[in-house]
Amino acid sequence: MAEARTALAEQFEDMPQQLEASRQGMWTFLATEVLFFGGMFMGYIIYRHIYPEAFGAASKHTIVLYGTINTAILLTSSLTMALAVHAAQESRQRALFRWLLVTVFLGLCFLGVKGLEYHEDLDEHLWPGAHFRADLPPQSQIFWFLYWSMTGLHAIHVTVGVVVLSMMARMAARGLFSTHYHTPIEISGLYWHFVDIVWIYLYPLLYLINRYS
Amino acid sequence: MSTMTVESFRPVAQRKPKTYLTEGGRTLSSWLLTTDHKRIGILYLYSIIVYFFIAAVAAALIRLELLTPQGDMVTSETYNKLFTLHGVLMVWFFLIPSIPAVLGNFVIPMMIGARDVAFPKLNLLSWYLFNAGGLLALYSIIVGGVDTGWTFYTPYSSSFSNWHVVTMAAGIFVAGFGTILTGLNFIITIHRMRAPGLRWHRMPLFLWSLYSTSVIMVLATPVLAMTLALMALERIWGLGLFDPKLGGDPVLFQHLFWFYSHPAVYIMILPGMGVVSELITCFARKQIFGYHYVAYSSVAIAILGFLVWGHHMFVTSQSVYAGFAFSFLSFMVAVPSGVKVFNWTMTLFRGSISFQTPMLYALGFIGLFVVGGLTGLFLASLAVDVHLSDTYFIVAHFHYIMVGGMVTAFMGGLHYWWPKISGRLYPERLGQIAALITYIGFNLTFFPQFVMGYLGMPRRYHAYPGEFQIYHILSSAGASILAVGYVLPLLYFLWSLKYGKRAPANPWNATGLEWQTTSPPPKHNFEETPVVTGEPYQYSPEAEEEMVHG
Repeated sequence: MAEARTALAEQFEDMPQQLEASRQGMWTFLATEVLFFGGMFMGYIIYRHIYPEAFGAASKHTIVLYGTINTAILLTSSLTMALAVHAAQESRQRALFRWLLVTVFLGLCFLGVKGLEYHEDLDEHLWPGAHFRADLPPQSQIFWFLYWSMTGLHAIHVTVGVVVLSMMARMAARGLFSTHYHTPIEISGLYWHFVDIVWIYLYPLLYLINRYS
Repeated sequence: MSTMTVESFRPVAQRKPKTYLTEGGRTLSSWLLTTDHKRIGILYLYSIIVYFFIAAVAAALIRLELLTPQGDMVTSETYNKLFTLHGVLMVWFFLIPSIPAVLGNFVIPMMIGARDVAFPKLNLLSWYLFNAGGLLALYSIIVGGVDTGWTFYTPYSSSFSNWHVVTMAAGIFVAGFGTILTGLNFIITIHRMRAPGLRWHRMPLFLWSLYSTSVIMVLATPVLAMTLALMALERIWGLGLFDPKLGGDPVLFQHLFWFYSHPAVYIMILPGMGVVSELITCFARKQIFGYHYVAYSSVAIAILGFLVWGHHMFVTSQSVYAGFAFSFLSFMVAVPSGVKVFNWTMTLFRGSISFQTPMLYALGFIGLFVVGGLTGLFLASLAVDVHLSDTYFIVAHFHYIMVGGMVTAFMGGLHYWWPKISGRLYPERLGQIAALITYIGFNLTFFPQFVMGYLGMPRRYHAYPGEFQIYHILSSAGASILAVGYVLPLLYFLWSLKYGKRAPANPWNATGLEWQTTSPPPKHNFEETPVVTGEPYQYSPEAEEEMVHG
C-alpha cells in the first residue's frame, strides 16, 4: 500500500481519479494520432480513386509474405499485451514481466521482418524518384511514396512502443505495479493496441488490393 | 464577516502569505523546471512577447515599404520573407498560445478549484516543445528566410522554394505537438479535476470556450503536422503527393492545410470570446444573459469550424457543388457567433457598467469582432469571393478577427487577471488610455485595407499603382499608433511589478474561484479544496453587499 500512496501525483485527490485521468488522456492522445495518420490515409483514398490501375499494378510488387507474417506477429503481440495488462491488474508480478518481454520481443521481430522487406523493396527499385523501375506507370510512384511514408511512420510508432514497453518491463521487474497501481501498464497497452490497429488498415490497403485480378 | 458563496474559503493573509512566486525557490532552474501551471503560464507569456515583437518588427518593415508605391526599401524577395516571417510567428508562436497557454494555463486550474492541471510535467514539456519549434523557425529566418507565405502552398514550397522551408516546417511541426499536449491537458483537467459541486453547467464560460478550443487543438493540429511533413518530404526528395509531374495534385495540399488552418482560426478566436464573457459580466455587474446558449455556441463553433475549410479554395479547381456546401456551412458559423454577440449585448443591457481597462478592451472586442465576422460573410459568398480573393479585403478581414478580436481579448484578459498573476495593480488611467490608443490605431490601420482591397489592391505585393497610396499611408500611420498601444502596457506592466499597489485578493469584486484565493496565489492555489454551491456570475445587489463587507 505504501507504494500505492507514493504513486499518487500531488495534483490528484485519489488513485481512481488519477487512473481515470491518465486513461482518458491516452484516449485523447490516440484521437490525435488517428488524425495524424488520417492525413496520409486521405491522400491514399484520393489518389487510389484517381489512379486505380497504377495503384493496383504498384501494389502487386509489395511482398505479401512479409506483410502477412508481420500481421500475424503484431496481432499476437496484441494478445500478449492484453495478458500483461490482465496480469498487472491481478498483481501477478512474474507473469506481468514475462508477457511484457514477449510483447517487446514480438515488436522487435516485426521491425526485423520490416527491415528485410525494406531491403528487398530497395533492391527492386521501388523507391520513388529517378531510379524508380520503368515498367510501372509513373503514378505508381505516388503509391510507393505512400507505402514508404505510411509504413515508415508506423515503424517509428512500433519503435516507440518497444522502448516504452521495455521501460515498463524494467519497472515491473522492480515490482512497482499492482492491483492498486497499474496505470502506466494500462495506457501503454492502449498505445500498443493502437499501433496494431493502424497496421490492420495498412496491410490490406498496401498489400492486398488487386492481388487476384 | 459573512459567509462567502464558497464555504471553505478562509482568508489566509495573516502576515506574509506564501505565493507561487516565492514558494519552491526563486532561482532560474526553479522556473525552468517548474511544473506549476502558474509559472508555466508566465514562461509562455515571456516567450510569446519575444515572438510577438520579432513579428511586429517584420510588420513595421512591411508597412514602411508600403508607404510609397515603388518597391524601393526592400526587394520583392525580402518582402516575401518579411510577410512570411510575420505570418508564421504571429499565428503559431503568438496567437495560438496567447490566451490558451498564458491565461488558460494560469487560470483554468484555479477556476475549477484544482491544485494543478492533470499532467503538470506534460505541461512543461509543451513549453519546451513550443520553444524548440520557435527556435527552429527563427533559425530558418536567420540563415536565409522562407518566402512562401505562412500557408506554404505547393508546388511553390515543395519544388521552387529554398531549403529553409524544411526547417521552418519542422519548427511548426514540433511546436504543434506542444499545442496538442496543451489541448490534451486542458481537456482532461476540465473533465477530471473540477472541485466538488462544479458541474458542467456551473463552469465559467471561459472554461467552455477553452474546452472547445482544446478539442480543435487535439483534432486539427495533427493534420497540419502531417501535411507539413509530407510537404517537407517532397521538398527533400523531390517526389510526392503534390507534384503535378507525377500525377499529384497541389490542391490536395490546400485541402489538408485548411482542414487544420480553418479550425485553427477558431483556436484564435474562441478563447477571446471566453475572456470577453468573463469581462462583460464582471464590469456590467450582471449574470450572463443565456448562459447555456453562450456555452454551447462555443461547442457549435468548434464543430462547424471543421466543416468550412473549402471556402479558402473557391477560386481553385474545387467543384462548384462543393463550393455551395462550403459557402452554406460558412454562413452557418455566423449563427453561434451572432448568439454570442447578442447575448453579450443583452448582458450589458441595464447593467451597472464601469469602464475600467479590461471592459474597454471587451467592448472594443465586440465592435471589432462584429466587423471582422460580417466581412467574413462577404468572403463566404461564392460570387463576391471571386472578386475579393487575394486582395487586402481578406487581409483586413482576418486582422479584424485575429488582432481586433483575439489580441484585444488577450489584452483585456491580461489586465483583468494581472492583479492575480503579479499581486500588483497596474495604473488604471494609463491602462484606459492604452486601450483607446489600440482601438483607434487598429481601426486606422486596417479599415483602409477593406477599402483598397475592395478597389482591387492585391495582397503580397511590395509595389503597387499610385492610386492606392493614400490608403497605404493611412494604414502605416495607424500601425505606428497601434505600436504605441502595445508598447505602453508592456512598460507599465513592468513598472507595476515593482511600484504598483499591492493587489487585494479580489480587486474587481468578481465571482469565480480564482478570485477566492490570495493574490498572487500560493503554489497549490487553495488552502482547502473549495466547494461550489451555485451558478457562475452571481452578480447581484445582495452579492455585492456581501462582497463589500466580506
